[in-house]
Amino acid sequence: MKIGIGGASAIVVGTLLGVAMLTMAGWEAPPIDTEQVGYRGLGMVHLTNPRTERRLQAANVAPDPVWPLEPAASFAPRADEVYENLQVLGHLPAEAHDRLMAAITEWVSPEEGCGYCHNLENLAEDSVYTKVVARDMLRMTLHINTEWQDHVQDTGVTCYTCHRGQNVPEEQWFLAQPQQRANMAGWNAGQNQPGIASASLPIDPFSRFLLDDQPIRVIGENALPPAEGPQIGTKATEYTYSLMNHMSESLGVNCTFCHNSRSFIGWEGSPPARMSAWHGIRMVRDINTAFMHPLGPEYPLDRLGPTGDAGKANCTTCHQGVNKPLYGASMLKDYPSLGPAGPLWEGEGPQAMLARPSAGGDD
Amino acid sequence: MALLNFERKYRVRGGTLIGGDLFDFWVGPFYVGFFGVTTIFFSALGTALILWGAALGPTWNVWQISIAPPDLSYGLAFAPLAEGGLWQLITICAIGAFVSWALRQVEISRKLGMGLHVPFAFSVAIFAYLTLVVFRPLLMGAWGHGFPYGIFSHLDWVSNVGYQYLHFHYNPAHMIAVSFFFTTTLALSLHGALVLSAANPPKGEKVKTSEHEDAFFRDTIGYSIGTLGIHRIGLFLALNAGFWSAVCIIISGPFWTRGWPEWWNWWLDLPIWR
Repeated sequence: MKIGIGGASAIVVGTLLGVAMLTMAGWEAPPIDTEQVGYRGLGMVHLTNPRTERRLQAANVAPDPVWPLEPAASFAPRADEVYENLQVLGHLPAEAHDRLMAAITEWVSPEEGCGYCHNLENLAEDSVYTKVVARDMLRMTLHINTEWQDHVQDTGVTCYTCHRGQNVPEEQWFLAQPQQRANMAGWNAGQNQPGIASASLPIDPFSRFLLDDQPIRVIGENALPPAEGPQIGTKATEYTYSLMNHMSESLGVNCTFCHNSRSFIGWEGSPPARMSAWHGIRMVRDINTAFMHPLGPEYPLDRLGPTGDAGKANCTTCHQGVNKPLYGASMLKDYPSLGPAGPLWEGEGPQAMLARPSAGGDD
Repeated sequence: MALLNFERKYRVRGGTLIGGDLFDFWVGPFYVGFFGVTTIFFSALGTALILWGAALGPTWNVWQISIAPPDLSYGLAFAPLAEGGLWQLITICAIGAFVSWALRQVEISRKLGMGLHVPFAFSVAIFAYLTLVVFRPLLMGAWGHGFPYGIFSHLDWVSNVGYQYLHFHYNPAHMIAVSFFFTTTLALSLHGALVLSAANPPKGEKVKTSEHEDAFFRDTIGYSIGTLGIHRIGLFLALNAGFWSAVCIIISGPFWTRGWPEWWNWWLDLPIWR
């Protein structure tokens, strides 16, 4: 049988592609772990690969407390009686304040030390931009732990939840630079490239849903589009799918972790995790609007995004591939100073200290 | 059904796989055989069990009746009847009935001295069913991964299982299977239309032959696969549709737990442009 040059090249290319599919795609193998999250037989199942899971577990361990948490010998003196220019943590016992400072150093700047945020000649001075940012991040942490228990529950968050020993959390997002002009392949409309969850969905769902408050629901309530009122288009649907795929990728879960696909919109068939996720979206929008985005003017240029905005949070910033950050380990219990009225100190709660003239201002 | 006068000579004795002459007889137009008996047995028992399961359930609405497999916590063990055990028995009955039917086709083919193409084709459908309710559950470690027996509920299963991998249309074997399903439909419609057009000439003209059929496709696309060839390609397309369907679901879970879009990263990672 004559194959010819064309046929031979086709066979070679086809074989190479076949080999690539079989060897490079990252196939897995049994046994896999499964967890049922709905009524039997409906495919409401969460899948995990135990080998991948072990790697994730090793990479998401909460560190031991820097100093062990011991009942304070005394609640006096207050930190603001010892130090100057304390705007957020002045209500703490000085002892708890010092312990927290040591922990933050380990969580955020273990190599640079105190000097990453402080002028070591005068610790009270606000001359280093990181100190101004850190102060707002402390306000944010207190805000999350007191106002967003619907999402973080009693587990709470600390600086480490996002920072993991790095100056800047590994995952942050900036406003995307829009395509300046259409190229040969045309206008990409902010998508059509491998992005979120490796799909070709819009690459920036964040500015619409996690900064701006655009409607996420795209499923119509009528069989046919209504004659009047706003119409929900395909593009809106793609942005929603992009956000949902981001959540799935961030948490290492599939769609059925939160939704029964019989009706994505219906709450009655959804697993309870969807409630937590719903609050999570609002929480991230809140902290981006009130804390992250307004910090833009404080940062040096090299910390800013392509359009000059500050880095912002999305689900991955905390979750980092895990359904519960750090597998649900609560570091907050070792640092009650970062949470709602802790057991270590009395007097003014964090609520009073959170009161600020303008939310997220650069004071 | 009336017995046509020439049919009797096709009633050939022998060719049975089991039972010798014992079941080698016809009831009306139907050949019985050992496997005809087992088909009846499994079908009747399975249907009765479905009715029992429906009676235990909350509804007689035919759309909503559902016989669900056990909870995943039962693993590969037997479950109590009302908690998935019925599904397990019904699955055994279904497999028994399907396999019996295929073997009855084998016996009839042997009687007639034909090839085994028909039972082979039916076996591919059985293979796809077995993949869904036996092979994949075995690989994933629980019978609860099978699909429920209900008109709406099995669609819920399909939808939810698809969304476990974020976007099932990115599943490469699903792509191949869907392409085969569409192609087999195209081939069948072309073939059916061609035969009918040759067999239904304008009034007063004679029925056209296969030469006309070949000429039509040579004029249209430069090639005619021929009267035997169209049936070969038809069988090939149809069996591949079923086969790749089985592949696309058996790789989902046992061999891939993430979103299917991510599978395509091998393309982005090719050394020529990475």
